[in-house]
Amino acid sequence: MGIIFRYLFEGMLTLLAVFFFTTVILLMAGAPPFVAYYHIFKGALGSWIKFAHVIKVWIPLTLCASGLLYTFRINLWNIGVEGQVMMGAVLTTAILRLGVAKNMPIFFVGLSFIAGVTGGAIWALIAGYLKTKGGVHEIFAGLGLNFVAQGIILWLIFGPWRRPGVASMSGTEQFPHELWLPALPALRLSPVGLGFALTALVITALILRHTHMGLSLKAIGNNQDAAYLFGLKPDRYMIIAMIFAGGFAGLAGSVQVTGVYHRLLPAISSNYGYLALLVVMLANYNIWITPAVAFFFACLNVGSIQLPMMLEIDSSLSGVVQGSLVLATLAVYAWRFRPSGVGE
Amino acid sequence: MDDLNLTILFAGVVAGAAPIVLAALGETITEKAGIINLSLDGTILLSAMVAFVVAFQTKNILMGFVSAAVVGAFVAAIVAFFSIYLQQSQLAVGFVLTLMTRDLAYFLGNNYSRLQGPQVVPQPIPLLKNIPFIGQVFFEHNLPVYFSLAMIAFCWWYVYRTPLGLQLRSVGEHPGASYARGINPRKLQMFYSVCGGLLVGLAGATFSLSVKPGWGRPQGAEGTGWIALALVIFGGWNPIKAAMGAYLFSFLQVIGIYCQEWLPSIPAQVFQVAPFPLMIFTLLAMSLAQKESVIIWAKDKARIKSILAFLSGTVPTSLGKPYQPE
Repeated sequence: MGIIFRYLFEGMLTLLAVFFFTTVILLMAGAPPFVAYYHIFKGALGSWIKFAHVIKVWIPLTLCASGLLYTFRINLWNIGVEGQVMMGAVLTTAILRLGVAKNMPIFFVGLSFIAGVTGGAIWALIAGYLKTKGGVHEIFAGLGLNFVAQGIILWLIFGPWRRPGVASMSGTEQFPHELWLPALPALRLSPVGLGFALTALVITALILRHTHMGLSLKAIGNNQDAAYLFGLKPDRYMIIAMIFAGGFAGLAGSVQVTGVYHRLLPAISSNYGYLALLVVMLANYNIWITPAVAFFFACLNVGSIQLPMMLEIDSSLSGVVQGSLVLATLAVYAWRFRPSGVGE
Repeated sequence: MDDLNLTILFAGVVAGAAPIVLAALGETITEKAGIINLSLDGTILLSAMVAFVVAFQTKNILMGFVSAAVVGAFVAAIVAFFSIYLQQSQLAVGFVLTLMTRDLAYFLGNNYSRLQGPQVVPQPIPLLKNIPFIGQVFFEHNLPVYFSLAMIAFCWWYVYRTPLGLQLRSVGEHPGASYARGINPRKLQMFYSVCGGLLVGLAGATFSLSVKPGWGRPQGAEGTGWIALALVIFGGWNPIKAAMGAYLFSFLQVIGIYCQEWLPSIPAQVFQVAPFPLMIFTLLAMSLAQKESVIIWAKDKARIKSILAFLSGTVPTSLGKPYQPE
């Protein structure tokens, strides 16, 4: 009981600190804080349509976060997840373009998912091999590849895949309806995407908790040298973890193209990859807390879309709340696990 | 652009590189002391916003620079505090702060978007500016640019030629040994993180008050922090080589503008990402240059050997591993 009470107390303390900080920030921007909170809440959960919108953000966040659990487990900082989403979206678009005006839409949509997973996995593999064979830190390899992926998308949108007549930041030509993921008509939410995200969670939980591979990832992540002496090959498992992370991220890119935007746009990844890194950190790398945190972050993202219209403040408030939450939580963890008996 | 004016081209490179040089120097100092401040990209934006807003409100450019430096130092202090005193991952804290400070900048700077604000005025240096070519390239700029040039020499001198610089390096290499010699590694790491942060803050101010004047979303400084972080590695943790990298990067950016005029069918954004693959290749080459098999292979190849020698930088041994007192 004592522990639960303590966790509750720490959680309340964290939320209170973030609430206080956010309120100060809002006052600095000259906006009424409680009106802003109300708009965020109403904007995220005020109607079924809005709730469906939150789920649409939750899906890619959860997919990316599931993948990141593998790489975090082996102590890799897969910051390249953002680019992996983008490359998944690019290969998906490539397949769907082939499928336009053909008779087998289901075949092409199905194939496009495989392509998306492959695209993300390839991008992750490059970063993985740069790390294991080339000695390039995964943060720099990943970041570089993110920018390259962004460049590829822009080149495609303004070059070979530009809309006839007008090439613009609004993206490629929209795909015909038969190449869209089937969606619930009233909510425009695709149950297929939701299924993918839930499956990803279950698969990840099973692999990480109940397989030899999951244990090996953890062993290497905790002590690479000891694991090596034990006969585990760190390089091989790093590559495997990267393939999983990239595959799930690529799938998120696929869902964004087939289920949400129905075309390729420059902002197709919407920073969900970077955000997923925060989600996993805030969930303390726990798979069952991850979807809950992802849901909360999705609410913040969707809710704050209202802010520029209602209060003329920037929607980036959500990012400030998310970042300060993670920081406050890290501070609380540090307090909980402070070295006892070290007097300074 | 029919003909390329080399003088204008290089003067543009020197001016455009000023904030990148400052950020790369700041991060080099921080990392020499053993701390990685991953928050650079967001910190630069936040300090750029603060610099612009303060200079706009007070009509005082100096105040803008000072407040930006304070912001940079403050963010760096958070990273260092979490890492040194709370034993949290520097990478995690730095990454969270990158995203958070960027969003904070966009949020708080929203009301100041696209406003005409104060700018640093050019101040050519008399006499020196009359030197043909060199005068125009180096001495017809504004104070932040001269400051960035001076800081390159100062940082190198401080790190490699002063007793304090020796302390700084010792803390990044072997904090335990420096502790035995009576140095407090935690205090020094904190101090040099803040010093590095000051320079990063000034880099932000140099953007919003000189190189890309004004504030907006996007400001135009996005991505620079990541470049600076890569340049520190590229420079092998040597201030001069890191600054050289900044000039190379700035050169690529300027060349990109010309390329766009020559090849108008390719959008500008494609040229803007060009330095990033180059960064990966450099890091790869650097890492390979340390490999034994490559060193043996290059033994009797004079030119390759000199390239490898240039690329060989050594990581501060305790980088990213804060000192724990026993």
